Amino acid sequence: MTHGYDVAHFLAGTMLVASFTLLYQDRIFAVLNTFAAQAMALALAVAWQGYVQHHPDLFITAAMAFGLKGIVIPLALNRMVVRLGIHRDVDQAVNVAMAMFLGLGLTSLALLLVLKVTPGAASFTREGLALALAIILLGFLMMITRRNAVTQIVGFMSIENGLILAATGARGMPLVVEVSVAFSVLIALFVFAVFVFRIRERFDSVDIESLDRVRGERR
Amino acid sequence: MNEAVYAVAGIPVISGLLLALIPGYRITAIGNVIASGLTFMASLTFLAMPPIVENYVILDSLNTFFIVLNTLVGFTTSAFSASYIGHEIKTGHLTPLFVRFYHALFQGMMASMNIALLANNIGVMWVGLELATLMTVIMVGIYRTPNALEAAWKYFILGIVGISLAFFGTILVYLAGQSVLGEGLPAMTWSRLLSSAPQLDAGLLNLAFIFLLVGYGTKVGLAPLHAWLPDAHAEGPTPISAVLSGLLLNVALFALLRFKMLMAAHPGALKPGPIMIAIGLLSLIFAAFMLYRRRDIKRLFAYSSIEHMGLITFAFGMGGPLANFAGLLHMVMHSLTKSAIFFAVGHVAQAKGTQRLADIRGLSVSHPALAAGLALGVVAISGLPPFGAFMSEFLILTTTFAREPLLALAAAFGLLVAFGALLLRLQGVLFGTPAGADHKVNASSLPLIVHLTLVLAAGLYLPAALIAWFQRAAELLG
Amino acid sequence: MASQIQSFMAQGAQMFLVLAVAPAAAGITRKVKARLTRRQGPPVIQVYRDLLKLIRKDSVLAGNASWFFRSAPYVIFALTWVATALVPTFASGLMFNWAADVVALVALIGAARVLLALAAMDVGTSFGGIGSSREMMIASLAEPATLLVVLTTALTAGTTRLPEVAQFLISQPLEIRVSFALAFVALSMVALAENARIPVDNPATHLELTMVHEAMVLEYSGRHLAMIEAAAHLKLVLYISLIICLFLPFGMAPLEGEPIVWMIGLGAYLAKVCFSAVALGVWEVSIAKMRVFRVSEFLGSAFVFSFLAILLAFLSREVLR
Repeated sequence: MTHGYDVAHFLAGTMLVASFTLLYQDRIFAVLNTFAAQAMALALAVAWQGYVQHHPDLFITAAMAFGLKGIVIPLALNRMVVRLGIHRDVDQAVNVAMAMFLGLGLTSLALLLVLKVTPGAASFTREGLALALAIILLGFLMMITRRNAVTQIVGFMSIENGLILAATGARGMPLVVEVSVAFSVLIALFVFAVFVFRIRERFDSVDIESLDRVRGERR
Repeated sequence: MNEAVYAVAGIPVISGLLLALIPGYRITAIGNVIASGLTFMASLTFLAMPPIVENYVILDSLNTFFIVLNTLVGFTTSAFSASYIGHEIKTGHLTPLFVRFYHALFQGMMASMNIALLANNIGVMWVGLELATLMTVIMVGIYRTPNALEAAWKYFILGIVGISLAFFGTILVYLAGQSVLGEGLPAMTWSRLLSSAPQLDAGLLNLAFIFLLVGYGTKVGLAPLHAWLPDAHAEGPTPISAVLSGLLLNVALFALLRFKMLMAAHPGALKPGPIMIAIGLLSLIFAAFMLYRRRDIKRLFAYSSIEHMGLITFAFGMGGPLANFAGLLHMVMHSLTKSAIFFAVGHVAQAKGTQRLADIRGLSVSHPALAAGLALGVVAISGLPPFGAFMSEFLILTTTFAREPLLALAAAFGLLVAFGALLLRLQGVLFGTPAGADHKVNASSLPLIVHLTLVLAAGLYLPAALIAWFQRAAELLG
Repeated sequence: MASQIQSFMAQGAQMFLVLAVAPAAAGITRKVKARLTRRQGPPVIQVYRDLLKLIRKDSVLAGNASWFFRSAPYVIFALTWVATALVPTFASGLMFNWAADVVALVALIGAARVLLALAAMDVGTSFGGIGSSREMMIASLAEPATLLVVLTTALTAGTTRLPEVAQFLISQPLEIRVSFALAFVALSMVALAENARIPVDNPATHLELTMVHEAMVLEYSGRHLAMIEAAAHLKLVLYISLIICLFLPFGMAPLEGEPIVWMIGLGAYLAKVCFSAVALGVWEVSIAKMRVFRVSEFLGSAFVFSFLAILLAFLSREVLR
């Protein structure tokens, strides 16, 4: 079982490194590729859990993660970026060093929190949950520190990656929910696409800052 | 599963799909109304049915009435929407294509809310709420003006944040249940979790509740996570504002209550009371003060929604049978009254062609019936007798005063501040010389009248069966 | 008794081994870079010849050079040699095992660096100042990363003494350790920065504004320069040996080894050093040098990797408890 644990730890760790890389990247295509890599790591991690836990449902989830998030969504976003003509760098609201430090702080917080709260659970569950929470918090950080709509989408998708990792760690979560999560991700992407095109239509840019001009609180 | 349950969940789904395919806005509007009416009638049968506890579906004293309320408000809103949409198309706010999607999404949203209310599986409940959120997001942005896009985007981002956190909380609850109930479906079934609540791991439950509170609390509109609410209400079509205030906030709070019951059943877990009281008071007072500076009529009432949800959360945080009873009652009253207000506001906005308060004056002279409706609605929501909200607010304040006088003082202070603001604005809108445009509005006032009558009736006389039902639910809430 | 003599011999052999191997490593890297850019390049022996030439030459000093400037190269060389000699290379049964603590090594290297930076500023030229300030900036970012890497391996092996860490790793079965992988990446990045290699600094540049290490040694000549060059070569071998010892210690002779096993260890070590030198050459040819202000980002990500490594090591230790 240590062997099984090691592979799982390796794959989850890769996902975490990918989250940090997402924070660090400042070119959109690099961001999309890193996200695809994270999705593939997720697919492998889920498939491995399916093999180790003898839970064939998880293979379906793995296939969905691989197909949807590893291939379809990055390709779709790629197309969107090309069509919208966003080829330049992504603006950062907070500089990279600060974002990295915040990311490290959030990761430590997530690990310590989950380890403290789950003293009795199985080893992969604890670890999957800890790393998943770290990935989720890093996804939030990415959404906060970026100003570009497309990278906010990727931030959200990486949050969903973390959620699926957490759901996999919790053994035996019924397939229903996982399928729905995947489905809702698709819907969310659709909504995003609609919005990004509309925003582009109205503002000629996908910079969220230009939206801030219309602040509701002052009315 | 029962046929009525199938109907309540299934009719909106099927009609949503059908409505997406039918062209012609008049037909889809009528279809919308018919579908909502059928769903409402199907849900009325729940009142007579015995409780159901199955793997995926639960029908107990807590959610039965809420489903009926949900479908009722959905029905009246669809009726209002049918008359409202015609004007929007004429002024060019909406194209016929989008109207088609609007109606389909409306039904889809009703379906997901019903599913969330009926669900016994915490995962399905989450799915229902997420789908409802996504659909309302699209509907908020349906005008596609820059403001609408910003509002929808803000709503979307905050909604996603809330949903993700709530999902993580759901996973943690599943983990807690898994060690006691075994893997798979049983650990996700709420009724089984409740019955074995004392054996669940306290640490996991605490962490889960924090996530759920923040996650679902965002959807309820509690400060400081409320930032999406005013914009979404102001920029979306008025029927959507009515649905958001009247229904979606309630369903989100309902989900939170389910988990609060779990926590309450576990003696060693975090007491959710103080946190809910704090957040509720914060929302109440914050929103009350924000009411003074609003210049848009829909934003004004959006903040009023935040205020009332804060009050309800405060009541549930206080706990105990009386406060819970008052909270449930206020949920119902607020739902009916706020949607009535939004019906009136929608008419007003169409008649005047603007949502700015400065441009809406002298309604009592130019549109007396509308003015009367709006005035009654504001009086109702401010908690004045003889309307129903007075009862619930009075109950909340008295029970709180009996236990924690200072908190009651704070809540009363917030309510008074809000009352002052609303009255001030109402005065400006109703009196004075009429100014601004004056369009012909042929929208129906029937939904408004129905809601206000219900609220008035509830204020004067609550049937004993209803009281008994509320009491049972209040006891369950702990 | 016998083992004491053995450990003494091993230590002495190691001291002279690293001194002999160091210039060769630098020479191999240079040769590989030249060959890959379609030049012949100087032979590997050339480095030894250069050092001997420098030792025989007179040292030209500036008028205002102090005793510090004159004595710094010797002390730097001594510190670096001691540090390099402490890292177990072919055998771990060395006489000074008790002193071969990684934290002590970091301190020795830090002391050498400080001396070099101060000596560069001694003469008062501006290029010396540039080099010193840049070097200290790089050091301030690289040292925390190094220490975190050390702590990662210490967390797993239970000690910071290098020979024991090496032996611990040899005794473990081969398995995937993601924290070690991250620590390896982090330490490699730090090693590149500390040894003034591309992408941080170009060792072959003659443009002063792009220099870091070279700027500090601009004023040195003759035997002083020979000492400093030798110290730089030794530092490269130190980091290579450190990486080998912490992450790839296979073939090293155990604590109670016999001289026969030393031969295997020696062969393994020399092979690894050759391979690292070649790999370094290939790497330097494939990557462009970064602008100076981006070095902080580079080292920042090394720090992040090392921090992640220790977080993951901590996590797996807690979870498998």
